[in-house]
Amino acid sequence: MRTRTNWPVMILIALGTVLILFPLYMTVTIALKSPQDMLASVFGLPKELHFENFANAIAMTNFFNALGNSAMVTTATVVLTLLTNSLVAYAIARNMNRRFFKGLYFYFISAMFIPFPIIMLPLVKLTAGLNMTNLVGLTILHTVYALAFNVFVYVGYIKSIPVALEEAARVDGTSTWGTFWRIIFPIMAPINATVGILICLSTYNDFLLPLIIISDTDSYTLPLVQYIFQGQFNTEFNLAFASYLMAMLPMIIIYLFAQKWIINGITQGAVK
Amino acid sequence: MNKRLMPYYLMTVPAVVLFFIFLTLPALQGVYYSFTNWNGFGDHYDFIGLKNYVNLFKDGNVGNAYWFTFKFAVVVTILINILSLLIAMGLNAKIKARNFFRGIYFLPNILSVLIVGYIFNYLFSNVFTIWGQNLGIGWLSTNLLGSEQHAWIGIVIVAVWQGVAYNTILYLAGLQTIPGTLYEASNLDGASRWQEFWKITFPLIAPFFTINMVLAMKNSLMVFDQIVALTNGGPGRATQSISHLIYTGGFEGGEFAYQSANSVIYFILIAAVSIAQIRFLQRREAEM
Repeated sequence: MRTRTNWPVMILIALGTVLILFPLYMTVTIALKSPQDMLASVFGLPKELHFENFANAIAMTNFFNALGNSAMVTTATVVLTLLTNSLVAYAIARNMNRRFFKGLYFYFISAMFIPFPIIMLPLVKLTAGLNMTNLVGLTILHTVYALAFNVFVYVGYIKSIPVALEEAARVDGTSTWGTFWRIIFPIMAPINATVGILICLSTYNDFLLPLIIISDTDSYTLPLVQYIFQGQFNTEFNLAFASYLMAMLPMIIIYLFAQKWIINGITQGAVK
Repeated sequence: MNKRLMPYYLMTVPAVVLFFIFLTLPALQGVYYSFTNWNGFGDHYDFIGLKNYVNLFKDGNVGNAYWFTFKFAVVVTILINILSLLIAMGLNAKIKARNFFRGIYFLPNILSVLIVGYIFNYLFSNVFTIWGQNLGIGWLSTNLLGSEQHAWIGIVIVAVWQGVAYNTILYLAGLQTIPGTLYEASNLDGASRWQEFWKITFPLIAPFFTINMVLAMKNSLMVFDQIVALTNGGPGRATQSISHLIYTGGFEGGEFAYQSANSVIYFILIAAVSIAQIRFLQRREAEM
């Protein structure tokens, strides 16, 4: 009875995807049309493909510069987060019986409840004073802000790794650092993948932090570029949509290849 | 100090320092400035006590932002949870190409909120209006976002379109923890679909319901990117969210100290709402 395909549900689910795909269909077709095409039919497929929209959008937004910035900040944040946040969580997880580390744990995770606007105004003064209004500053801030959630997730995971493994290494004379890097860190691969995916998505798509931190146009990330150039796109929708599509494309491509991983990772990260 | 513990302290100290400098310190500074009249750029400012807080309560724009944000957050939280639970149950049923559909339904979550907002902005002004005119539906034939009364609905639509993805995946994870034998037993007992849902499915995914309610509420109380992309707070100030007000007032309006006070109130409210939600929902979990 339960092994047969449930057709009514299947049809509803299939119809529902139209709601998801329609805006994306519009994005792709508008990006490929000319203004004349649009007048003829807003919904139809483009009569001929206007790839020059992409070329023009690239020139207008200095796209590759922004893509480079976004890629750099995202990569650096992911690497830095995985290396540092896991280490901090390890120290905490293995010493939860000590007051200092337990206190740290709650200190870090309590920040999950602090809305960003609370620190936004003073943060701008602070980063300007420290000369951090650049991509390096952005990377550091993303890494620091990720700590709250990641400590929570990592500590939960590390607790499930038997301490006996480390004791064996220690008997052989491996230092605490060596134990972490050579034994614990490799074991943490699944949770590292989860954290890496979440950080990658949130850093790449983040708009508010770059908006308040970055002042130099050469350092703009992709969302910031879309925001700044929005005014200039006012009448040139085809260029705007070409630009949106290009900005979303890297994550869509990654998603196509790592879909299963991403979905599993998100699930694990939130449920832990 | 215990020598064996030394490496552990060394591992955490840099993080503590950075965390303090970039998170705790700004938060404390924000509280400090909230008692002053600093505009954000001059050198001079005075302590004015609770004056900012008193003024906040008299400020129509502030009241308006809180009203909009809470109304928005409640509607979005309810809609997201209903829809994502329905979709998750659909994706958990015996259907073909299950993984393909899961992939599609999760797609919105990986896209930039700002860009999704811009895309919908165009759809509201240039695409949905065509349908409205063709079908003779009054409210759809003009740009929804241009209406002081209805613009917030447009923002709700975009937030729900994107937000459902994440919660669906969490509900799906929850549904997969329920053993199929339970349904087989209830089938034998002749339970209806409706009874099955309320007696088995819903109680067993209670913890996921809690997480999803809290996350959806917290995220929508912090709504910012969608506002920037869709209405910029307009028309007038009809769709100005609290975080948008803090941003514009604090950075562009010279209200640094005043908006700092607003941030403090905002923080207290978000914390209170989150804690109240968790308490209430967890008690419900236990009772079920």
